[in-house]
Amino acid sequence: MDNQLFTLINIAVMTVVMWITPLQFVPFMIWLERKGSAIIQDRIGPNRAEILGVRLFGMIHNFADVVKLLNKENITPSGSNKFYYWLAPFWSMTVSLLPLLIIPLAAPIMVGGHNIVFQAANFDVGILYVLSITSMGVFAVILAGWASNSKFSLLGGLRSSAQMISYELSMGLAIVGLLMVYQTTQVSAIVENQGALVTAWGHALPLPNWGIFLQPFGFILFLVASFAETNRNPFDLAEGESELVAGYHIEYSSVKFALFFMAEYSNMVVAAFVISTLFLGGYQVPYAPTEVLMAHPHGVLIALCVLVALKGGVLGYIFQVHGERQEGLKGVRKAEPFFFAYLGYGLALAAIVVLFLSFGWTLPDWAPGVMAAVLQLGALLAKVFFFCWLFVWVRWTLPRFRYDQLMRLGWKVMLPLALVNLLVTGLVLLTQK
Amino acid sequence: MKVVERTGAQGAEKFYLIAVVQGLFLTLGHVIKNLFNPKRMSVVFYPEQKKALPPATRGRHRLMKREDGTPRCTACMLCATACPAECIHIKAEESPDPNIEKRPEKFDIDMLRCVFCGFCVEACPLDAIRMDIPDVTIADYTRESLVYSKEFLMNHDNKDVVTGYNPPRPVQLTHGPHARP
Repeated sequence: MDNQLFTLINIAVMTVVMWITPLQFVPFMIWLERKGSAIIQDRIGPNRAEILGVRLFGMIHNFADVVKLLNKENITPSGSNKFYYWLAPFWSMTVSLLPLLIIPLAAPIMVGGHNIVFQAANFDVGILYVLSITSMGVFAVILAGWASNSKFSLLGGLRSSAQMISYELSMGLAIVGLLMVYQTTQVSAIVENQGALVTAWGHALPLPNWGIFLQPFGFILFLVASFAETNRNPFDLAEGESELVAGYHIEYSSVKFALFFMAEYSNMVVAAFVISTLFLGGYQVPYAPTEVLMAHPHGVLIALCVLVALKGGVLGYIFQVHGERQEGLKGVRKAEPFFFAYLGYGLALAAIVVLFLSFGWTLPDWAPGVMAAVLQLGALLAKVFFFCWLFVWVRWTLPRFRYDQLMRLGWKVMLPLALVNLLVTGLVLLTQK
Repeated sequence: MKVVERTGAQGAEKFYLIAVVQGLFLTLGHVIKNLFNPKRMSVVFYPEQKKALPPATRGRHRLMKREDGTPRCTACMLCATACPAECIHIKAEESPDPNIEKRPEKFDIDMLRCVFCGFCVEACPLDAIRMDIPDVTIADYTRESLVYSKEFLMNHDNKDVVTGYNPPRPVQLTHGPHARP
């Protein structure tokens, strides 16, 4: 196979993968939201939906949701603008799936003379692409609010679009500081830069060169702004139930509502990916840049085994104690922790060990690159899962802002702070020259 | 004119982020404790486990029986009159017992209308109706099946009864055919 064709296939596969990734995260996020909120409030959470007795700790509820939403009546309200009314949910979903294309999942590796990249689109303007795509999401909100011919959804759409536009400013300015530090807008270059250690005025500091250490204020501003952009609590005024019932998607039912719902969650996943890529080093493992990982394949192998065993053990233990908590529930459920935690991760661990025992101490040529890529993917996913959890965690901790507080925070606090951050960054960069 | 100082966030709280982080750690504490020790979550797994109802719970109605199995009710209509929801429908007939004037031919309680106020129990001079069957999840698929008949209301066993709801009644008869047990 010639290299050009290989690259083409590689890019095509990565495009599909990055397009599907948010969709794969959505059921996980919904499950995390339900179980997370329950456990924060000292409840058990959903655990009733089942398929042949298997309940998977509430994950089967997602299947029940799908069946429920698909079977609901698909309403189009009278007096609505049919075209825009139908366009809005599809627009919302499409836009929320696009930004992930520029996220690198791992460093490029060489396998059998072919260069494999784990990034669908390596634009020069990477970050600007994310900003432009995410800002198109506001059209869906305005369209849905206006086209459904309802006062509540119109007010919700107006509020939500004003909020998104206000916070986009500080979001963009928070990123500008990052661009000044890394001197590039290409996402893969930014992530490569983050593998080194911080150097300040010629001294190396024992910190990875991550955005969160170089731009701590920028990180906080970006995080807060991304909460506002994804319409999450404490900024979820778009659906302030007490005033607006459900906000801009109040007139939507069935599949169209499901699309809005999924778009909301996949927006969150995208935000988690973008924050971890820009500010937490993306796929970089702290203190171990790609070259180090490639040079020590045996260390990576041991690290992979330990991490898989640890994750399986902790997950299995939690599932076990929670399964035992549910008295009166017997049968298949007793075996669930074993089958879905211990056995799965045990088999993965055994597969890794057996595979590499068969090679002996000298590993094949492809092994260092593949193992480094797997470890880096794991590092990225760990960061993404943390931010996914942060979205849930914050939602169930904080109360909602009032609308005037929201606008004051956006324009009078975040925007000046972002500008000051830029000024300070510029001055520090000048003294470093 | 009195000027009232705003009592809101002060000092470090006003910076907000610190308070946010404090709040996050509060909920994180709950998460960690509950994850590794789920026994501390006091949850009742409802259909399998049921909490005991408090003793004063007004449950489902039942009609009390005399020793010979006939209804204690004499169709005096006091309960139907007291009922604010007008859910009790009684049709009286002559009783074959010479000591008792009337008895209910029909005694229907429309559970779809009943508001569980307990006025019927308080009004009854004969302790013929009680609301102490501990069933508070009354649901069915048709309206007709939720109009309880005399036979249904009398079809009970004393061991079903645990709520112990026993309000004071206006008349206390201590002897004669209508005496309370």
